Amino acid sequence: MAEIATRDEQLGVRSEELFVNMGPQHPSTHGVLRVLTRLDGEKVLEAEADIGYLHRCFEKIAEKRKLFQVIPYTDRTDYLAAITNELVFVMAVEKLLEIEVPPRAQYIRFIMSELQRIASHLLWFGTFAMDLGATTAFLYAWRERERLLDIFEAVTGARMLYNYLRIGGVRNDVFDGFEATVEKYLRDFEKRLKEYHDLVTGNRIFEVRTQGVGVVTAEEAIAYGASGPVLRASGVKYDVRKADPYLVYDKYDFEVPTGQNGDCYDRYIVRMKEMEESVKLVRHGLADMPAGDVMGKVPRRIKLEGDTYARIESPRGEVACYLVGDGSDQAYRLSWRSPCFVHLQLLNIMARGGLVADLIASIGSIDIVMGEVDR
Amino acid sequence: MGLIDHEELPGIVTVPLRRLVNWSRKSSLWYLLFGIACCAIEMMATGASRYDFDRFGMIFRASPRQSDLMIVPGTINEKIADRVKVLYDQMAEPRWVIAMGGCAINGGPYHGEYNIVDGVDRVIPVDVYVPGCPPRPEALMHGVLLLQEKIAREGLESRAAARA
Ligand code: SF4
Repeated sequence: MAEIATRDEQLGVRSEELFVNMGPQHPSTHGVLRVLTRLDGEKVLEAEADIGYLHRCFEKIAEKRKLFQVIPYTDRTDYLAAITNELVFVMAVEKLLEIEVPPRAQYIRFIMSELQRIASHLLWFGTFAMDLGATTAFLYAWRERERLLDIFEAVTGARMLYNYLRIGGVRNDVFDGFEATVEKYLRDFEKRLKEYHDLVTGNRIFEVRTQGVGVVTAEEAIAYGASGPVLRASGVKYDVRKADPYLVYDKYDFEVPTGQNGDCYDRYIVRMKEMEESVKLVRHGLADMPAGDVMGKVPRRIKLEGDTYARIESPRGEVACYLVGDGSDQAYRLSWRSPCFVHLQLLNIMARGGLVADLIASIGSIDIVMGEVDR
Repeated sequence: MGLIDHEELPGIVTVPLRRLVNWSRKSSLWYLLFGIACCAIEMMATGASRYDFDRFGMIFRASPRQSDLMIVPGTINEKIADRVKVLYDQMAEPRWVIAMGGCAINGGPYHGEYNIVDGVDRVIPVDVYVPGCPPRPEALMHGVLLLQEKIAREGLESRAAARA
C-alpha cells in the first residue's frame, strides 16, 4: 500500500490519536457491525470489529428442534445464500444417515446453488459499488436480481428464504419450462454482465478506490483461515468445489478464478469472473438434468449416531457443518463454520495504514453477512 | 377532497391546516437506513429498481436526525436493543416506526430463545406491524400506505404530548 503522507506529517506536526466508533447503524457496514477505529487524522491505525449484534442462538436452536425444523434456521444464517446453507446441513444429515439422493434432486440442488451464487454476487456487486459511490450500479444489479428471484419464487415459493431442500432430496420438482426460463435469463444476464464491466470495471474512480487497497497476502489469508473469493483474490487456487467435490461438481470442468494482489480490486474481479463460471455450470446442469424422482428413501424413524463434517463452497467461502448425534432424532450438537466470521478478522490487516474511506471499501469487498458472522 | 375552490379567486384553495400538515408529512417519509437482518434485504429490494420506494416520497437517510420513519427490519437481541432505543431517541418528532417481519413483531422464529427481545415494541413504540418472514416488498409498501392513512388522521398537537 502506498504510504500516505498527510499534511500534518509534511509539516512535521503530530496530531492526536482519535477513537471513532463506526456502527452498528452505519450505511456501509452491511448490517449491524460495529467497527472500533483508532485514527490519526484520516489514517486508520487500527480497526477492530465488534460483533454479536445479531446473535440469534442458531446452534442452540439446532439442538432443540427436529432435524427438518432446523432447515429454515439454516436459511436465516446467511440469508443471501439460503440454498447453499440448507445444502450443507442436509448434506451433513444425509452423510450421517447414509441416505441416497436421487440424481435429479442432485442436479436441481446443483443448478439452484449456482443460481444462488449469481444472486448473492449480484447483491454484493450492487452494494459494493454503492459503498464506493456508484448508485447506478446498485439499481442495475437489483434489476437482474429481481428477475432471478422470480425464478426462485416459481420453484420454491419464496423470494429469499426458501426452505426448499429436504433431507433426501428437494421438496418439489421444478416447474414445467424451467430450463427455457433459466436459459433465457442466462442469455440476458451475460449481456448485463458486460454492461456492468463497462459501467464499473474500467472506471478510473473505481480503480483508484480499490487497487492497492485492503491488501491481504496469501500467507496472511491462509494463516487466518480465509476461504472463497477472499482467499482466491490473494492468489491461492483453492475451491471446495474442486478440492472436495460434492453434488456433481466433479463431472464438469470449470475455472477457479484467482487474483494476484489480494486487494479490493482483485476480490471484485474474482467475483465477477465467478459469475461467468456459474453461468456455464448452470448451462451444463440444465443440459444434463436427468428425469426421475426428487426425493430419496428416508427412514421414518431417524436415529442420528456418530458425528460428521460436511463442507461446501458458498458464495462467501467455505461453509461447513459439524453434526453430532447421540442416538436420538435430534442433533446433539451442531457447529457451523462461517467464512464471514473469519474474513472479518482480516479487517484490521486490510484497514491498517489506509484511509477511512479505504476501510469502507475493505468492508464492502469481503462481502460480510452479519447473520452468518453472529449466527 | 375537502378543498374549497374560490370562484372569484381561481388558483386559490382553502384547506384546514391540519390536513395540509399531515399531507406533507405523509408524502415525504424519509426512512432511516438501518438494516438489521434478513428483512433488511427485502427493505432494500423495496427501495431498489423494481419496487421503488421513491414513488412514495420515501428516500433513505443514513442519519436518524434526518429521518421521520424507522423501519425495524430484523431480530432485536439484547445487545442491539439499547442501540435501537438510542437511534429512536435521536430522531426528531414527528417520528414513526414500522416493525417489519416476525422478529420485530414478537421474535418470530426466534421467539423465546435466550438473548432475543420478543418484539421491538418492548423497546420503542410501534405504529404499524408488517407480518411476514420476510414480508414481501408489496407487504412493506402496504404497511407504508397504512401508516400514511394513520398520519392523515393525526391531530396537530405534539405527538409526544398526545402519547403522554
Ligand atoms: S422475520 Fe424472518 S426474515 Fe425477518 S429478520 Fe426475522 S428471521 Fe429474518
